[in-house]
Amino acid sequence: MSSQPSISVSKLTKRFGDFTAVDEITFDVHQGEIFGFLGANGAGKTTAMRMLCGLSLPTSGTATVAGFDLSSEPEQIKKSIGYMSQKFSLYEDLTIRENSRFYGGIYGLKDQQILQRTQEMLDHLKLESQADTLVKSLPLGWKQKLSFAVALMHDPKIVFLDEPTGGVDPVTRREFWTMIYAAADRGTTVFVTTHYMDEAEYCDRVSIMVDGKVQALDTPSALSKQFGTKGMTEVFIQLARKATRSDN
Amino acid sequence: MEYAVRAEGIYKSFHTGSVQLEALKNISLSVQRGELFGLIGPDGAGKTTLFRIFTTLMLATKGNAWVDGLEVIGDYEEIRKRVGYMPGKFSLYQDLTVEENLSFFATLFDTSLEENYDLVKDIYRQIEPFKHRRAGALSGGMKQKLALSCALIHKPSVLFLDEPTTGVDAVSRKEFWELLRNLQQQQITIVVSTPYMDEASMCDRVALMQEGRIMEIDSPDEITKKFEKPLWAAKAKNMYQLMSTLRSNDGVATCYPFGQFHHITLKENIEIETLRKSLGGGEHLDLTVQQIEPTIEDRFMELMNQ
Repeated sequence: MSSQPSISVSKLTKRFGDFTAVDEITFDVHQGEIFGFLGANGAGKTTAMRMLCGLSLPTSGTATVAGFDLSSEPEQIKKSIGYMSQKFSLYEDLTIRENSRFYGGIYGLKDQQILQRTQEMLDHLKLESQADTLVKSLPLGWKQKLSFAVALMHDPKIVFLDEPTGGVDPVTRREFWTMIYAAADRGTTVFVTTHYMDEAEYCDRVSIMVDGKVQALDTPSALSKQFGTKGMTEVFIQLARKATRSDN
Repeated sequence: MEYAVRAEGIYKSFHTGSVQLEALKNISLSVQRGELFGLIGPDGAGKTTLFRIFTTLMLATKGNAWVDGLEVIGDYEEIRKRVGYMPGKFSLYQDLTVEENLSFFATLFDTSLEENYDLVKDIYRQIEPFKHRRAGALSGGMKQKLALSCALIHKPSVLFLDEPTTGVDAVSRKEFWELLRNLQQQQITIVVSTPYMDEASMCDRVALMQEGRIMEIDSPDEITKKFEKPLWAAKAKNMYQLMSTLRSNDGVATCYPFGQFHHITLKENIEIETLRKSLGGGEHLDLTVQQIEPTIEDRFMELMNQ
């Protein structure tokens, strides 16, 4: 583990009018760590994640992402991270190759690099024969694996995954997590949200947000011990039950 | 006996341009009166298409279906009076208030909130403080409760709920299933779909669906019993390393991450002691391997791989 954290957050806060969506959250994420970012609907996860991706400025507090300051260097942050979500990933009316070309360009890769990375990706996912197929005609599971690979194309230091496995079949869901493990093993930091509590167990450490605050943060086994439960499902339920505010 | 819902050899295909999609392939099932029946499967399994056929919003390409003893084609008008349907996508009027939405749906069925208040009260009470708020301004959880109230307001005999818990956090999901259990006490048949395998255990019976087919129908207990191979759960300090080792082990048939453990089945004629010995070189810290009871998800994956 490197001495400088991959993500370092200190008293990060976001207010919309008199509503405090994110309330002084503080934590560090290490390089190569799989960090589960959990919370009930409306706890403030999305708002926090948007700030960490450089898409929204904090009201107060500070954070560094991949060594860059959130408030003054959001553009450098965007270049150092990858992002995918269930809702937004690839362009449905472009082919696999076109999506790869497009995102490679967005992330500032050179033509030669794009060709090479695209080929590596097609080989790795065994999608060579589908390279010129429109993304919309691919099964959901393939799309999700593909968009994860695309999010990693520019070799980002950190990848943000927002509910990446929603609605995906159980076998593909596990293949997806195998890809996550492999990325972390290569040193990429993985910051992931999920509603599947079994997936929370796959994370190195998990934080749970309630009403805008981080109420728990530790390894899944330490949290289970701390709350006297058999697993993360009960930990989550105990904490989220205390929430006073409703969702989004 | 007459079933609340029945499907017999249903096929449905869609054509877009030159592409033909077989959304449903030979679907047959029967749901008993008062049953809480689950359609369990990922996106693309065909759950929504099947719901649309049952609720008379879409015609099957082949096969037939009956709801409350009535045929979906000949008796579609009568069926529409008797079913409640909550689509996966929020479909109420965003610019009407909570109360206006409810009274609108009640009026369509020639009834009123007062008349059926008992039926919806457990759910409606939770959103009643916001009855003057527009539906579009409600939170996700409250929208879901309003949609359920609207689907119930005419006292349907069969309730169809399409993925009511998708994208909902673990606490709200649990509460929603408790609500469904209470509704069941009022003699309403409930057919509900979900991609969350753990929710199958809340149903009386479930159909496991994948790519337009039903792989298995039974009670959750019977389904897990059909997983006949011994199932083992392994755990070590470095789970990724353990998975790589297990997957490259000659004696291992399947190895999938499952929460805190990896679930393993062995190839025929391989004893667990053989595996234990091959893992015992001290390479994996804090290694434990124990036999466990399979879950619905284990069985689902076994069926997918067949």
